[in-house]
Amino acid sequence: ADIISTVEFNYSGDLLATGDKGGRVVIFQREQETKSRPLSRGEYNVYSTFQSHEPEFDYLKSLEIEEKINKIRWLPQQNAAHFLLSTNDKTIKLWKISERDKRAEGYNLKDEDGRLREPFRVTELRVPTLKPMDLMVEASPRRIFANAHTYHINSISVNSDYATYLSADDLRINLWHLEVTNRSFNIVDIKPANMEELTEVITAAEFHPRHCNVLVYSSSKGTIRLCDMRSSALCDQHSKFFEEPEDPSSRSFFSEIISSISDVKFSHSGRYMMTRDYLSVKVWDLNMENRPVETYQVHEYLRSKLCSLYENDCIFDKFECCWNGSDSTIMTGSYNNFFRTFERNSRRDTTLEASRESSKPRAILKPRKVCTTGKRKKDEISVDSLDFNKKILHTAWHPMENIIAVAATNNLYLFQEKVN
Amino acid sequence: MFVRGLKRKCFDGEEDIEGTLAGIKAIPSYNLQRQSLLDMSLVKLQLCHMLVEPNLCRSVLIANTVRQIQEEMTQDGTWQMINTQSTGQASLDRLVSTDILCRSSRDQAEGKHVPVYGTFSKDFQSDQAQDSSETMSTASSVQAPRNLQSNVWEMENPQENKGNFQKSLDQIFETLENKNPNSVEDLFSEVDNSYYDLDTMLTGMMSNTKMGHCDSLETFSSPTNTASNSNCKSDLNDLDHIVEILVES
Repeated sequence: ADIISTVEFNYSGDLLATGDKGGRVVIFQREQETKSRPLSRGEYNVYSTFQSHEPEFDYLKSLEIEEKINKIRWLPQQNAAHFLLSTNDKTIKLWKISERDKRAEGYNLKDEDGRLREPFRVTELRVPTLKPMDLMVEASPRRIFANAHTYHINSISVNSDYATYLSADDLRINLWHLEVTNRSFNIVDIKPANMEELTEVITAAEFHPRHCNVLVYSSSKGTIRLCDMRSSALCDQHSKFFEEPEDPSSRSFFSEIISSISDVKFSHSGRYMMTRDYLSVKVWDLNMENRPVETYQVHEYLRSKLCSLYENDCIFDKFECCWNGSDSTIMTGSYNNFFRTFERNSRRDTTLEASRESSKPRAILKPRKVCTTGKRKKDEISVDSLDFNKKILHTAWHPMENIIAVAATNNLYLFQEKVN
Repeated sequence: MFVRGLKRKCFDGEEDIEGTLAGIKAIPSYNLQRQSLLDMSLVKLQLCHMLVEPNLCRSVLIANTVRQIQEEMTQDGTWQMINTQSTGQASLDRLVSTDILCRSSRDQAEGKHVPVYGTFSKDFQSDQAQDSSETMSTASSVQAPRNLQSNVWEMENPQENKGNFQKSLDQIFETLENKNPNSVEDLFSEVDNSYYDLDTMLTGMMSNTKMGHCDSLETFSSPTNTASNSNCKSDLNDLDHIVEILVES
């Protein structure tokens, strides 16, 4: 199995899509509750698997284009079929996933196995009938949005108008119409005239969940810009600029790197947005630009290890974050296959582990703790024994229920709240 | 095993002496830490060029870190800028240019980046000579930038020229159209052959892998340019560069 690179629930939560480094998309579907199998409630089983992107070669630059799926975003369901957007570094594809459980039989011009019948053998006309067949789930690419990005695509976001979406790379953001593949509009361009002056890149972008004219994008300098597409065609001038003043006492050579925002997510309500930088998660009120309203430390014990984390490149890891359905809890990943949840009201935080040893089916997860002082208590893990190769970068929360999906390298874990 | 995270402290000479006298340093001196961070960053930038396509965000962050260190070293007075005669006034920006880091996305023509790393490693040498407390431990680190320097330049060209290929070609076509009739014959007599070579290079390039950059570039000798017309000479130089790069693999 390949390394999972993105995880996303659809709008109803019945489907869960994962993309991996090999360009494959695997979709899981939630089992319906049935009387015969009461314990299977909430189980997700494989629904469809398909190859979304293939490796490509850019002949002009003589560079490979990776097939790794960077992001998957579902479209809201409008008919029996499901649609999702999946993207690698350069190309976005719209996929249609549809079910087929009936088959037509009794054609006039061809046999059951599809071969054309001899014309003289057709002695009567009949109407083909629909017969049931085993459920088949088909995935077909409906649109391919290519050749619009010079740099690597890091985000896609479907607009609340359900007709347009944005794609963002390191320096530009483009606006697409879902029906049109040969044209996209550039709405943000931060490329300097002289590339020598480049000091900041776009790291993530998202549309507002309710206002179809509002989008935000985060940067490698730890700032977030909110843009209003009504103000001008090119949104280089931001409408709001979110930045927390730096704490001079904690300044180091790594300050900028750890302030780089790796993910930005609007709350479901649209009132708040959440950003993830290397050591913390911050919740911002869209009405207040000068500082976040809440800050949660994910793994503060790593602050003294930044130099070695810089050496082994872990400091550049891009962690994602997510809200639960009611925006009361936020979740993000860490190292050693740990992931953290923070309850905003009670300020209670929990550290859990996604590993085979600690996750027997139906067993309750035991909270974990990292020992930061010299004395290590039983069951605690010391900072030095953390495995930095086991990183949880991608997590997703069911839009309505307390079911979470956690991607640990090449394994997908699904946890749900215990119901008594 | 880890090196402690760096924090800003005021430059304290005593601390350095303590560190060296101790032998096994429990807390490496600030300058030493800063130096090793700088070296590490440079190595990382070098490695960027070896990858398929450098991660722009990572490159920019590392470059900013290096700039930050340089600025601080300049303020501390530990950074001596050697005057570059050929290019005149050297500025901080030229010392580490993000331009070099963002190979695949460069727009401008090649040719101005060569002195950069040369200046950099030379500065290191003079810097180390003056700071006695650090000569021993930083000797090895000085080697790194110097060895990497030549590699960097060789590797920069192919990446960057590939990106510029189309643009340079367009430029050449454009200037060719604007030539006055008198020099046309001379022009075409030189250019025709090169274009022919270009075609064969292009077809050859398609079937080659990308990893032969350095080796081929070293062995490839640039075609002699005998154009008499000074106007088309620069164009042909561009073309030579492009042809040079295309043949690399």
